[in-house]
Amino acid sequence: MSTYDANLRVWRGDPDGGGLHDYTVEVNDGEVVLDIIHRLQATQAGDLAVRWNCKAGKCGSCSAEINGRPRLMCMTRMSSFEPDETVTITPLRTFPVMRDLVTDVSFNYEKARQIPSFTPPKDLQPGEYRMQQEDVERSQEFRKCIECFLCQNVCHVVRDHEENKQNFAGPRFHMRIAELDMHPLDVVDRKNMAQEEFGLGYCNITKCCTEVCPEHIKITDNALIPMKERVADRKYDPIVWLGNKLFRR
Amino acid sequence: MTSADAVRPSGSTEIERHQYDVVVIGAGGAGLRAVIEARERGLRVAVVTKSLFGKAHTVMAEGGCAAAMRNVNTKDSWQVHFGDTMRGGKFLNNWRMAELHAQEAPDRVWELETYGALFDRTKDGRISQRNFGGHTYPRLAHVGDRTGLEIIRTLQQKIVSLQQDDKRELGDYEARIKVFHECSITDLILDNGAIAGAFGYYRETGSFVLFEAPAVVLATGGIGKSFKVSSNSWEYTGDGHALALRAGSSLINMEFIQFHPTGMVWPLSVKGILVTEGVRGDGGVLKNSEGKRFMFDYIPEVFKGQYAETEEEADQWLKDNDSARRTPDLLPRDEVARAINSEVKAGRGTPHGGVYLDIASRMTPEEIKKRLPSMYHQFMELAEVDITKDEMEVGPTCHYVMGGIEVDPDTGGALTPGLFAAGECSGGMHGSNRLGGNSLSDLLVFGRRAGLGAADYVRALSNRPAVSDAAVEAATTSALAPFDPKPNAENPYTLHAELQETMNDLVGIIRKEAEIEQALAKLDEFKKRYANVVVDGGRIFNPGWHLAIDMRNMLLVSECVAKAALQRTESRGGHTRDDHPDMDANWRNTLLVCRTAPGQDPETEVPDVTVTPETQLPMRADLLATFELSELKKYYTAQELAEHPEWSS
Repeated sequence: MSTYDANLRVWRGDPDGGGLHDYTVEVNDGEVVLDIIHRLQATQAGDLAVRWNCKAGKCGSCSAEINGRPRLMCMTRMSSFEPDETVTITPLRTFPVMRDLVTDVSFNYEKARQIPSFTPPKDLQPGEYRMQQEDVERSQEFRKCIECFLCQNVCHVVRDHEENKQNFAGPRFHMRIAELDMHPLDVVDRKNMAQEEFGLGYCNITKCCTEVCPEHIKITDNALIPMKERVADRKYDPIVWLGNKLFRR
Repeated sequence: MTSADAVRPSGSTEIERHQYDVVVIGAGGAGLRAVIEARERGLRVAVVTKSLFGKAHTVMAEGGCAAAMRNVNTKDSWQVHFGDTMRGGKFLNNWRMAELHAQEAPDRVWELETYGALFDRTKDGRISQRNFGGHTYPRLAHVGDRTGLEIIRTLQQKIVSLQQDDKRELGDYEARIKVFHECSITDLILDNGAIAGAFGYYRETGSFVLFEAPAVVLATGGIGKSFKVSSNSWEYTGDGHALALRAGSSLINMEFIQFHPTGMVWPLSVKGILVTEGVRGDGGVLKNSEGKRFMFDYIPEVFKGQYAETEEEADQWLKDNDSARRTPDLLPRDEVARAINSEVKAGRGTPHGGVYLDIASRMTPEEIKKRLPSMYHQFMELAEVDITKDEMEVGPTCHYVMGGIEVDPDTGGALTPGLFAAGECSGGMHGSNRLGGNSLSDLLVFGRRAGLGAADYVRALSNRPAVSDAAVEAATTSALAPFDPKPNAENPYTLHAELQETMNDLVGIIRKEAEIEQALAKLDEFKKRYANVVVDGGRIFNPGWHLAIDMRNMLLVSECVAKAALQRTESRGGHTRDDHPDMDANWRNTLLVCRTAPGQDPETEVPDVTVTPETQLPMRADLLATFELSELKKYYTAQELAEHPEWSS
């Protein structure tokens, strides 16, 4: 087993300020960035704040920016860097820092709470749900989401524009709206709200969210663009327009 | 002012207070299902979790959720599921829990669909069900290999939907349910022996919080972080087990720890991470370094006749369950873990000390990626192994504790009035060994029952218990103790690493009397050293402090495991004694009950425990009659079977 000492640069601080600190930490074969952070914690910086749970890429807790790229620390192998390269680890930039690598991600939970929940047909009894595999697969792709919020962090609509947070739910939650809109048994029409309440129009499909998704969900192609098309059909479809004119009060 | 206040560098001394009807500790499947139930009965509920909402360990469950819905094979029934569960647990299970579980699991799964869950489907549009170890028929509702994530997300979203209802009705999302995330409970507070509240701290700020509530539901999961090689996350430090013990409740079955047969073995940094049993359920096979499918050599006496004896028969079973017997690759987990251990010991292991798990030669790459996407991803990213081309290297990993808080099967009530428990932190349901897939269903069935039990308890109270100032002060002092300066300061990380090695090496998958005694001596030493633990830094998000507090629970629970393991002089399920290798029918109905030793200072954070053998209630006659007498004879004493209807004939 080969071992070397890595140069690590870790942001440490709190809401009042902070900066990058240099550390030298041992690295063994097969280790990931989170292992190195843990070793740093156990040997040199007992109070280094970091959020993590499963260490297997399933819970989405250990999100950070590694050399400026939003990544899960548990899924970033140290072998992806040169041994003499300095590895810089900073907290997610879009959310307020609490301490060191831990940020306040409550923005995401607030947005989640605003989206109307799954609404099945009223008379459908438990055990009587029938859906075809091909019909559930579209929404199932979006339900792979581990809520690491890397897509929310990287999205330029909110990354450097605090003022947009009010009106824009972010890719994770537009994907949630798409998931419900594509659910074979959901009865709520979510097209208008996607546009008007959650700001789908802000998205200009640069695909940054798709690029950083550790679950490789095609957020832009399979959720955001189809939702935009559904909204557009509704808004500009002349037949829908005429129908609305004729039959609305 | 306490001495701890003087050294505490930051964090408020103010204590935030909340009043609730029910406090649920733990936001995994069991906790969230309990919250839903108590809220649906009109109560105000707080849910407290050490992590963020939706990150609980339930996400790690991969294979599925067992429920006899009969969607794939109509021969299935709750009785067959009940029988499989008892067999899997070697007939030491609490039979009433196993009965309720088998009966209610289908309703709990169907209910999830009404919350928005999207399980994989059968051709006729029902919930698809897959094969799994120890289950007679395809029984596991699943979503690829990420079933736990689907269940946690579904319950999380159901809670959000209830909060939206409350907002519409009462103008506040949090009128009836509030999630306290990144918050740890350090003490349960009693009034005259009954639950009066729970005390803890916010991990983010280090400030203290007191919940005044007449009922607490513990749903804190397992204890795997006391072992070095484990599939469990940092949260699994036995908090609920320890809180219950210290509040005067009892634990049972603590000697039974499930080592999942297939954890990753390489690279070292990911050793222990789970490889789902779904790989074998979908046709994957175990092989040794000679390329031999060795499981055919390890069918134990009690399962003889129930499993395929040739590769041809096993492969035929995979195509059609009804025309052949099942593959021994899918024996219950304890059997498979021991078999792997024996192969490696006999020198037929892989270069990294495991055995091979082969799916590549059994399925097309497209099928593998579709049915086992997380496994494909996990091996590709963490081990640079392409499982569509190469075999995986796997070996046993500490996965689940069968032991837990002794509860009333119907209500989830522990010995302490007002205390309830559900899920992994409760004991009895799985006996000496849990079947794969029975954990997710356990969470749903008993999470609901504990929520209901707590709701009924609170409604029947004529007056509420009170939290005394003295109790709050004691809890505060105890939580701050790791900041006090001490001579010979101990680093909590070092102590934790030593505990993990001790438990892994001396009370692990194969146990011996002398080694367990060695472990107990070590634990004694750790407890003494624990008193000298000192942490750096302040109270704001300080992982060193968090670990120092969790260590108390790990030490206490480890002592229960070791003491019970020493007493049980037989091998059964998740307890294998090298010096007592056989299963002994005289032990079958005996529970080892852990309690805190009498006469100790009630403020002690890591009290001594006593372990007492007690007899379990015999199985109800109608349930006993669902088994063939010939099978029961393998487990029961002759005396116990005198009641069986076939006995006299």
